[in-house]
Amino acid sequence: MAAGDKILLAHGGGGRLSDELIRSIILPAFKNDTLCRLTDSAEIQFGKDSICFTTDSYVVKPLFFNGGDIGRLAVCGTINDLAVSGAEPLALSLSLIIEEGLELEVLKKIIGSAAAAAKEENIPIVCGDTKVVEANSADKLFINTSGIGIKMPRAKLGFERIAVGDKIIITGTIGDHGMTIMSHREGMKFESNLKSDCASVAEICAKVIEALGDDIKFMRDPTRGGLAATLNEIVNQSNCGIEIHESSIPVNPTVKAAADMLGFDILDIANEGKVVIVVSPKKTEKCLEICQGCKTGKEAAIIGQVVQSDEPLVELETIIKGRRIVQMPYGRELPRIC
Amino acid sequence: MLERINRAYTQIARAQKVLGRTVNIMEVCGTHTVSIFRAGLRTTFPEGLKLLSGPGCPVCITDQGYIDAVLSLADRDDCLIATYGDMIRVPGRKGSLEQKTNKGNIKIILSAEDVLKLAKQNPAKKILFVAVGFETTAPATAVLANEAFRQGVKNLFIFSNHKLVVPAMEALLSEKNHRIDAFLCPGHVSVIIGSDAYKPVVERFEKPCVVAGFEPMQIIDAISEICRQLADRKPEVASLYRAAVTAAGNKTAQKIINETFDVSNGWWRGLGKIKKSTLKLKKKFSHLDAEKQLGIEFIPEEDLTGCCCGEVLCGLMDPPDCGLFATNCTPETPVGPCMVSSEGACAAWFKYTLKKGKVDGGRR
Amino acid sequence: MCLAVPARIVELKGDEAIADCIGNRIEAKTTLVPKVKLGDIVLIHAGFAITVLDEEEAKKTWQLLADLDNFSKTDKRVSG
Repeated sequence: MAAGDKILLAHGGGGRLSDELIRSIILPAFKNDTLCRLTDSAEIQFGKDSICFTTDSYVVKPLFFNGGDIGRLAVCGTINDLAVSGAEPLALSLSLIIEEGLELEVLKKIIGSAAAAAKEENIPIVCGDTKVVEANSADKLFINTSGIGIKMPRAKLGFERIAVGDKIIITGTIGDHGMTIMSHREGMKFESNLKSDCASVAEICAKVIEALGDDIKFMRDPTRGGLAATLNEIVNQSNCGIEIHESSIPVNPTVKAAADMLGFDILDIANEGKVVIVVSPKKTEKCLEICQGCKTGKEAAIIGQVVQSDEPLVELETIIKGRRIVQMPYGRELPRIC
Repeated sequence: MLERINRAYTQIARAQKVLGRTVNIMEVCGTHTVSIFRAGLRTTFPEGLKLLSGPGCPVCITDQGYIDAVLSLADRDDCLIATYGDMIRVPGRKGSLEQKTNKGNIKIILSAEDVLKLAKQNPAKKILFVAVGFETTAPATAVLANEAFRQGVKNLFIFSNHKLVVPAMEALLSEKNHRIDAFLCPGHVSVIIGSDAYKPVVERFEKPCVVAGFEPMQIIDAISEICRQLADRKPEVASLYRAAVTAAGNKTAQKIINETFDVSNGWWRGLGKIKKSTLKLKKKFSHLDAEKQLGIEFIPEEDLTGCCCGEVLCGLMDPPDCGLFATNCTPETPVGPCMVSSEGACAAWFKYTLKKGKVDGGRR
Repeated sequence: MCLAVPARIVELKGDEAIADCIGNRIEAKTTLVPKVKLGDIVLIHAGFAITVLDEEEAKKTWQLLADLDNFSKTDKRVSG
């Protein structure tokens, strides 16, 4: 393992170090085919149905941010992992690890948020757990969730389905969540119109699968590590390359300016209400239309295509029509002054 | 846009003809290196143009002795380290600040002002400010030093390693085997020092010095202008970043730098000792000077076997030519700072052009 | 070697300013640009305004950026 013998913050960043941690310690220990597929939800056969099962943990700081809070994030994030796997979410669990001393009002607000998010999507939170740890043993509040759903019969998603010529759609602007969180961070505070895109993508995912079935080859929500991480995961697991076009990628100018201010590459920044969809070329326009007709997909855009490639690479055509490679992000983006 | 690129092509061809070989332009500024790579500019230029990445990355040229000294202070319980994010992953001989962040005494700051706030919020701690950067960043440190002085702050210590760009450019041109035909000069350093600061370089060495902004078409225009000068054999200083850069620069900033710092000799990773190239706090600020107050011991720089950062910084080598590039030396396991800093030549090459161990297209 | 972003001064008190960078309001010290006025566009680096931009020249750059945007959109049509 790189970077010494201790866990670094970057190991949790969804980038290269996370990937290494999973491949070198976690996968070998639990060794099974389902886990090794590294999908957003695990698929387990149950009679004639496929159950999708996912889990996630939320440690976001600050707890409250423009556009949401950790409660809403936890519910939407878990629903999203099920939705992008082609499942109809059925139920969630929600467990709390609370730091001694957290104000009850804060907890109530977050729980209320989680409840509201679940209600919006009509998905019950059916079980959970509560633990309290001593002051300074956890940072105010951590949330762990799990979710189950039933795979839609028309969903035929998987890395192996991706083929040269397929198109890539992103369902809206990138970087909103990550930059919103950054703007609250100690030492980086600035006020802004930035707003997290924290939202459920269940509607978009269900609609595109319902309408287009196996023409939808693959879906993933580009959370930590951003669009760059998701596209690299795709090329690493399928036998293709990807080409995207910088000018096609939807970005909110305020978000871009904030990223520029801190020296970040917007492609590496987290999203919490977007989907990357890989769709067959003949159904791309239709898929785009469906996305744009959904609440969270108004700014959906076609950003690139899957290409023939000897190496698993993501290549970007820049705004001046140059070319560069988009690497898997490190996992901890540090603000720069230089 | 197309005419712009065509113009550049024409001038590159002219310059190539006059020189009788490839045109070598050194981009001194690390932020230019990143802009060039992000825009995929190298892939739009013909074979006849080579862009060399110069020592304009403050993180890359920070000598190992400095980093080791910061790391040893990070181990002390009475110290809080205030640093710009750029320095977190720079490797010393015993790891980097990133590996020490679990202690909670390393604070990433975006502004020198934050350091003052930290000092006031933590009166029982000694706050060490890792003051790196070129002339763009030095004035902020100068303001901090003056404010701390005025307010009688006792627990703030500035560890200055601010470097000056023009001495480095001249040192490079004094090397016998340099390949530099011209400089693409840093946009924001020039805001402070003024474009006239490059006149001595032109007068002594007859190399074009063109200041550019950071947008791709500004860089393309600057390359056009450089090649035109080379083709016409008329090297001069030109600023194409007129929105921000004047001939004289920011006089207020220059004044505060002169009042706060002395210019001394300094050690640059890869370039060795360069005379009159580093800013150290004046005597008046001794009580704020980390080197004088915190028992810092500079341990001479260890030779990193196989690391070619020095040659890369001087434009004598491309990153892929280094034996350690993409093998032992990667962004996860950086050997030299050129791989750590996001604007280090090696990191930029790795990120933007590497194809699984082989390097593609960007070899210009 | 230096990230600096253009932002417009929207609040100014002594040598402390708030500048707006396309909807992001950032604090900046104006110690290095003592003649700055409300409404000026400055370049901000490491929490300090380092120069007041010449607005006419800045407009030319922004026009170039807009042209670039058009260039990249008209010439390409990501085949859908």
